[in-house]
Amino acid sequence: MRSGTEGQAVSTNPTWTPDQPIVAVHDVHKSFGAIEVLKGVSLDVAKGEVVCIIGPSGSGKSTLLRCVNALVPINKGSIKVEGQEVHDPALDKLALRRKVGMVFQQYNLFPHKTAIENIMMAPLLVLKRPKAEVEAQARRLMSKVRLEGKEDAYPGELSGGQQQRVAIARSLAMNPDIMLFDEVTAALDPETVKEVLVTIRELAEEGMTCMIVTHEMGFAREIGDHIYFTDRGVIVEHGAPDSFFTQASDPRTRAFLSQIL
Amino acid sequence: MDALWDLLRHVHDAYGVNLVHFYDGFERGRLLRGMWTTVKLAAICIAFSILIGIVGAWLQTSRLRILKAAVQGYIQFFRNTPPLVQMYFFYFALGPQMPRVINDFGVPQPMFGSFEWAVLSLSFFAGAFNVEIFRSGVEAVQKATVEAADSLGFSRWQIYRYVVLPLAVRICLPALNNNLVNLAKTTTQAYAIAVPETLFVASQIWSDRINVLEMMVTLLTFYLLMVGVFVWAMTRLERRLRVPGFGQ
Repeated sequence: MRSGTEGQAVSTNPTWTPDQPIVAVHDVHKSFGAIEVLKGVSLDVAKGEVVCIIGPSGSGKSTLLRCVNALVPINKGSIKVEGQEVHDPALDKLALRRKVGMVFQQYNLFPHKTAIENIMMAPLLVLKRPKAEVEAQARRLMSKVRLEGKEDAYPGELSGGQQQRVAIARSLAMNPDIMLFDEVTAALDPETVKEVLVTIRELAEEGMTCMIVTHEMGFAREIGDHIYFTDRGVIVEHGAPDSFFTQASDPRTRAFLSQIL
Repeated sequence: MDALWDLLRHVHDAYGVNLVHFYDGFERGRLLRGMWTTVKLAAICIAFSILIGIVGAWLQTSRLRILKAAVQGYIQFFRNTPPLVQMYFFYFALGPQMPRVINDFGVPQPMFGSFEWAVLSLSFFAGAFNVEIFRSGVEAVQKATVEAADSLGFSRWQIYRYVVLPLAVRICLPALNNNLVNLAKTTTQAYAIAVPETLFVASQIWSDRINVLEMMVTLLTFYLLMVGVFVWAMTRLERRLRVPGFGQ
């Protein structure tokens, strides 16, 4: 799907090479008013890696994702995407957002546009790519997320799981290098959770770098290359899924896992 | 057609119902020209006031305090003063301050005539309400939808133009309709600065022909029809813009 002919080359920091972390978060602090949501978070994501971030509500997981594509400014620290500082005031936000796709808990589709129009809008308006090419790609994406035949449906006519898959396709249409998933199954009913997870798994298998905030522990364990557990604004513990889920050492992690599993 | 005019002439002679503004070519001409002026005035003012509403609501989302304050000042001024006084202010106070231009006959004349002043004052008057109406729609658009557009790399203007505005319009269309209907009717106020619109020519005709009652009925029927057509068109637009699963 991510063929080299679609879209132009994205400008990257010339000193960055793919063997370095594609996302490097270092000592990030973020406050909303008096509440400090992130209290010095650091993590690295390698290209092609799938990182799952779990933790109780309010622990700063979603905020961390929003900081990575500069939807939310940080107070202190550094976040580099492909070697480029995200919170540099001189940053070309458009270049960043072409590299980083994001999928939200509430899908956030444009309700006045059909499924295929939702997918085509950003490539047409932001990347100014030719319409025929964008439409062909959008149709391929629709079939990739198994929604052939729903091209002309409005979001209000689709189920939650279908809307979420359109949202994933919409992000993929920008040919990102990294995908951020923010509790993308939290608003779905149990039957439709699976269809969304299957789509994400396929992406991960194709080598897409993913940062996934999730409450689906089974999914995190199966898909994640690395699991991070956050609580009250810090990363308490992290590790490969097998060791993480069976041999968590921190009492907070164990308490959380015992509630959830 | 001539047969109809003859019939109306006969009705006048036989029953005293004076519809001279239909059967007399001269009166009919000035009435139709008045109606055309009304339609033109209403259409231009509606277009300008919508434009003011869209731009004003956009400026209100600006981060610049001074811009927001300017829009707020504009709204307060035009919403909290009587529209007739505004029109007088534009025509009698601002009009003479404007530079004069030389017309085709070599004679200096005011830059704007009464029609232009009526367009300006009525557009600004209705525009102030439209800003508030569009703002209410803009504020009802979900922040999360805007965030999604932001994360896809849309510029601020693209977000407004392609996401916020189309959704806001759907939300605020009923309120907008109300204001535009009011605007269409308020065009009669241009009578006060001698714009030859429907009310103005009607009053000329009833003064000349002493058919006040018949003229009034004609006048009311005209506005009923004109506003009726407008409301019908807006309802069709509302239906066309309806999106499954949104705002229902």
